Amino acid sequence: MDITGRLQEQVQDAYAAQRPLRIRAGTTKSFYGRPVDADAELDLREHSGIVDYQPAELYVTVRAGTRLRELQETLAGQGQTLAFEPPCHGEDSTIGGVVACGFSGPARPYAGSARDHLLGVRILDGRGQDLRFGGHVMKNVAGYDLSRLMVGAQGSLGVLLELSLKVLPLPARHMTFVQERQMAAAIKEMQRWEAQPIPLSASAWMDGQLYLRFSGAESALAGLRACVGGDLLLPAEATQFWAQLRDQQLPFFAPGSALWRLALPTGTPPVLMELPQLLEWGGSIRWLRGDASAEEIRAQTASRNGYAIQYRGAPNPHPLPPLSEPLRILHGRVKDAMDPRHILNPGRLYADL
Amino acid sequence: MEEATHTPAEQDFLRALAAALPAERVRSGRESLQPYECDGLSVLRELPLCVVLPQDREEVQTLLRLCRQYQIPVVPRGAGTGLSGGARPVAGAVLLSLARMNRILDIDLENRTARVQPGVRNLAISEAVRPFGFYYAPDPSSQIACSIGGNVAENSGGVHCLKYGLTVHNVLALEVLTADGEVLHLGGLTPDVPGYDLLALFIGSEGLLGIVVEVTVRLLPVPENTVVLLAAFAELSLAADAVSAIIAAGIIPAGLEMMDRLAIQAAEDFVHAGYPRDAAAILLCELDGSAEELVERVALVEEILRRQGADSIRVARDPDTRALLWKGRKAAFPAVGRMAPDYYCMDGTIPRGRLAEVLEQIARWSEEIGLAVANVFHAGDGNLHPLILYDANAAGQIAAAESFGQRILALCVEVGGSITGEHGVGVEKLDSMCVQFSAAELETMHRIKGAFDPEGRLNPGKAIPTLHRCAELGAMHVHGGVLPFPELERF
Ligand SMILES: Cc1cc2nc3c(=O)[nH]c(=O)nc-3n(C[C@H](O)[C@H](O)[C@H](O)COP(=O)(O)OP(=O)(O)OC[C@H]3O[C@@H](n4cnc5c(N)ncnc54)[C@H](O)[C@@H]3O)c2cc1C
Ligand SMILES: Cc1cc2nc3c(=O)[nH]c(=O)nc-3n(C[C@H](O)[C@H](O)[C@H](O)COP(=O)(O)OP(=O)(O)OC[C@H]3O[C@@H](n4cnc5c(N)ncnc54)[C@H](O)[C@@H]3O)c2cc1C
Repeated sequence: MDITGRLQEQVQDAYAAQRPLRIRAGTTKSFYGRPVDADAELDLREHSGIVDYQPAELYVTVRAGTRLRELQETLAGQGQTLAFEPPCHGEDSTIGGVVACGFSGPARPYAGSARDHLLGVRILDGRGQDLRFGGHVMKNVAGYDLSRLMVGAQGSLGVLLELSLKVLPLPARHMTFVQERQMAAAIKEMQRWEAQPIPLSASAWMDGQLYLRFSGAESALAGLRACVGGDLLLPAEATQFWAQLRDQQLPFFAPGSALWRLALPTGTPPVLMELPQLLEWGGSIRWLRGDASAEEIRAQTASRNGYAIQYRGAPNPHPLPPLSEPLRILHGRVKDAMDPRHILNPGRLYADL
Repeated sequence: MEEATHTPAEQDFLRALAAALPAERVRSGRESLQPYECDGLSVLRELPLCVVLPQDREEVQTLLRLCRQYQIPVVPRGAGTGLSGGARPVAGAVLLSLARMNRILDIDLENRTARVQPGVRNLAISEAVRPFGFYYAPDPSSQIACSIGGNVAENSGGVHCLKYGLTVHNVLALEVLTADGEVLHLGGLTPDVPGYDLLALFIGSEGLLGIVVEVTVRLLPVPENTVVLLAAFAELSLAADAVSAIIAAGIIPAGLEMMDRLAIQAAEDFVHAGYPRDAAAILLCELDGSAEELVERVALVEEILRRQGADSIRVARDPDTRALLWKGRKAAFPAVGRMAPDYYCMDGTIPRGRLAEVLEQIARWSEEIGLAVANVFHAGDGNLHPLILYDANAAGQIAAAESFGQRILALCVEVGGSITGEHGVGVEKLDSMCVQFSAAELETMHRIKGAFDPEGRLNPGKAIPTLHRCAELGAMHVHGGVLPFPELERF
C-alpha cells in the first residue's frame, strides 16, 4: 500500500510543531544504536509493496516498509537476489530498516555492501519534502549522491519511502569448505584466498574452524575441491550455517554478555585473544563476547586503524566510537541541511544528530 | 603583464601567494595560463586568475588558507580530460592543478590496497601493482592520462565497471581538504565506517565539496583467464537487443561495449583493429573466470549472439588479439575526432531494454538536423556516448550540436535514465539538470554544498544549477519518467 500522503502529512506536521518522530518499521533492531528522543512515532510498516521490478534490467524498486522476506521471495522467483545478502533479524524486518542501518551479510567483502547495491531513493526530508535522488539505471552521476548518503544514517537524514536496488542472478551453486585452523592461521588463510581470482563469496572463523564459501556456475567451482582442501559441508548444512551467521542466530550471538563488533584492516593479527571471538568478512569483522572494558577494546582497535561498536548488551550511551572534531562538525551541518529541526530519529545515531 | 586588469584584492592575493609558495609553483600571465583555459570540453574556455601547482598537501593548505583570507574562488583540476567543463577555469579564480602530486605512496599487498596522491594517472596504479597479480578495476578510456583525483570527483566508470563497479565501489578512503584547508578523513580500511557515508557523497561531487589530496583504492586479483568476443550485426537494433538478451540470461560480462558503423569505420581507419567494416554495429563482450567456466560461458554467449542475429562472431583468447580488439574501442573517441573538425560527446544512461528505440530516435534526429552521430558506448550499463560531429567554424553548428545534445539527454530522462552516467554535469549539463531534478531536490543539493563549503569558494557555478537558471529556462522537470504534458511538442 502507498501511504506516502499520510507519511508526508505527519512529517510536515512534526516539522511545523517541531516535534521529533521515531521512525519505526519492523522493530527488529531496537537492540542496536541509541534510543530515539521522541514520543511520536512514524510507522512505515503499511508503506509496502514492490513498485517496479524489471528482472532483465537488474533492478527492483520497492517501498521501504516491504518485509525483507517477501522481497527476497519475489526476487528468488525470477532467479535473482540482493547480492549483499541482507541480514534478516526477524520475520518483520523491512528493507527500509536494513538500508537505514546499512547492514550487509557474509558476501559483503566480495559482492559489495548495501550502499554499493543502492541505485536510488525516494525520501521525505525533515521538512516533509518528497525528493528523489539517484535512479534505477546502473550509472548516474547527476548531482550529489544523496541516495547512498542515506545508507547507515538510520533515518536521521530522511524517511526512506522507496528504494531502487540492483539485483543479480542467484549463483547456481555454493560450496563451503571447513578447515581446522587457529585464529592467526585462519586470518592468513583468508588473506591468501582473497588474493586469488577465484569466486570466494564468504569467509568466517569460529571455534577453531575456518569456513570458506565459493559461489558461481557449476563449471566455475569445478576445480576447487582439489585445490582448497578441508571438509566439504553438505549443501543444507552450509546454507543453514551462513544464514545463521547472517541473521546472528548462531549460539555465539545468544543473549548474555555484551556483544562487540570490531572492524579492522583484514590482515590484522589476532587481538584481545582472551575473549571469545567469531571472525567474518575475511577477518575484517571480529565479533567479541564478554565484559572487557569499553576503553580497552576501543584502544586496542584504534591503535590498529580500526573501530569498535558495542552492538548489544549493557546500556552504553555511546555505542559508536566518537567522530573526529572536524567530522563531528560536518555531520552536524549535513544533518541541519536535511533535517533542520532535528525531528527525524534525533539521537539515534549520535546524541547530537 | 596582465597586472593592470586585476582588482586590488586580486593583486594583494597574488603578492601574498608569491610570498607563501616557491615561485615555480605559481603561473600567471596570459601565455602560461592558456594551456589551462579548458578541459576536454574545448568549446568552453576561460582564463583563470593564476594557476597553482602544489607539490604536497601542505602547499594545498597554504593556498586554500590564502584563498579564504582574500575571498578567492578555487577550481581544482587533475589531468584536464574531463568532458563536461568541470575543470574549466572561472574568471578571477585560482586554477589548482593537482597534477604534480603524482606519487604512489604505499602499496599494501596484505590488505590489497594502494594509497596514492590525487595526480597519479589511473593506469599508473594498475601498472604498479600488476607484477604482484593485481589491478585497479575502473578503467576509463582516458586512463593513460586522467588522474585518480579526477576519477573520484567524477565517479568515473570504464569498460569493466559492468562487473567490477564504478569509482565509488573501488575507493576505500579519501583524505580531503575543505575549502578552509581543514583535513577530513572519509571512509577507511575497515568496512562501513561509523557515521554518515560522506565518502559516497563526496565521490562524484565534481570538486565542489573539497580537494582530494590522497586516495586509497581497492586492488583486485587479475582474472585467471579472459576471452573477448566480437559479434557483428547487420542492424543496430539487433545488436542493442542482444545486449539485453545476454544480461537477461543471467550473465554479467566483465565488459559489454557497442560501436555503430561510423565508429567502427573511424576506429578501423585509425588503429586497424580488424573490425568488420560492413557491419551496422558490433558488440565487444569480455568474459573472465576459470578455464572450465569460460568454456561454458563463451559457448552460451555465442549461442545468444547467434540467436539474436549476429552475422559473424570472433573469439579472441590470446592477449595480443584481445588487446587489439580493445584498442579499437579505447581509441574510438580520437578516431571519430579525425572524421570531423569537432565532435560533441554525450553521456546519458538509459535502461538497456530501451537501447534500440533510443538509438533509432537519435539516428532520425541526426538526419533531420543534418549532423552525423557516431555511437560507441558502455552498452551493458546502458551508458550511451553519442558523438555529434560538427564544425565549429560553420555558422550555427555549435548551437545546433548543443541543442541536439540536450534533446538526447531529455530523451534519456524521459525513458527513465539520467543525463550523465560518468562524465559529470560540469558547466555543460547545468540546463539538463533542471530536467532531471525538481526545485526542491536542487535546493537540497545546494544545502549540502553549504554544509561543506559555506562560502561557496570551491568550483563555483558548476554541477548544480541555480533555481533561477532553471526558472529562466522554463525547463520541465520530468518526474519518474513522466513528462507533465506528454501530448505537447517539446523540442
Ligand atoms: C511501544 C514502543 C516503544 C518504543 N520505544 C523506543 C524507544 O524509546 N527508543 C528506541 O530506540 N526504540 C523504541 N522502540 C523501538 C523502535 O521502534 C525501534 O528501535 C526503532 O525505531 C527501529 O525500527 P524497527 O526495528 O522497527 O525497524 P527496523 O526495520 O529494524 O529499522 C531499524 C532502523 O532503521 C530506521 N528505519 C526503518 N525504516 C526506515 C525508513 N523507511 N526510513 C528511515 N529510517 C528507517 C529505524 O528508525 C531504525 O533506526 C519502541 C517500540 C515500541 C513498539
Ligand atoms: C578520450 C576520452 C575518453 C574518456 N573516457 C571516459 C570513460 O570511459 N569513462 C569516464 O568515466 N570518463 C571518461 N572520460 C572523461 C574523463 O577522462 C574523466 O572524467 C576523468 O575522471 C577526468 O579526470 P581528470 O584527471 O582529467 O580530471 P579533470 O578533467 O582535470 O577534472 C574533472 C573534475 O574533477 C575535479 N577534480 C580534479 N581533480 C580533483 C581533486 N584532486 N580534488 C577535487 N576535485 C578534483 C575538477 O574540478 C573537475 O570538476 C574520457 C575523456 C576523454 C578525453
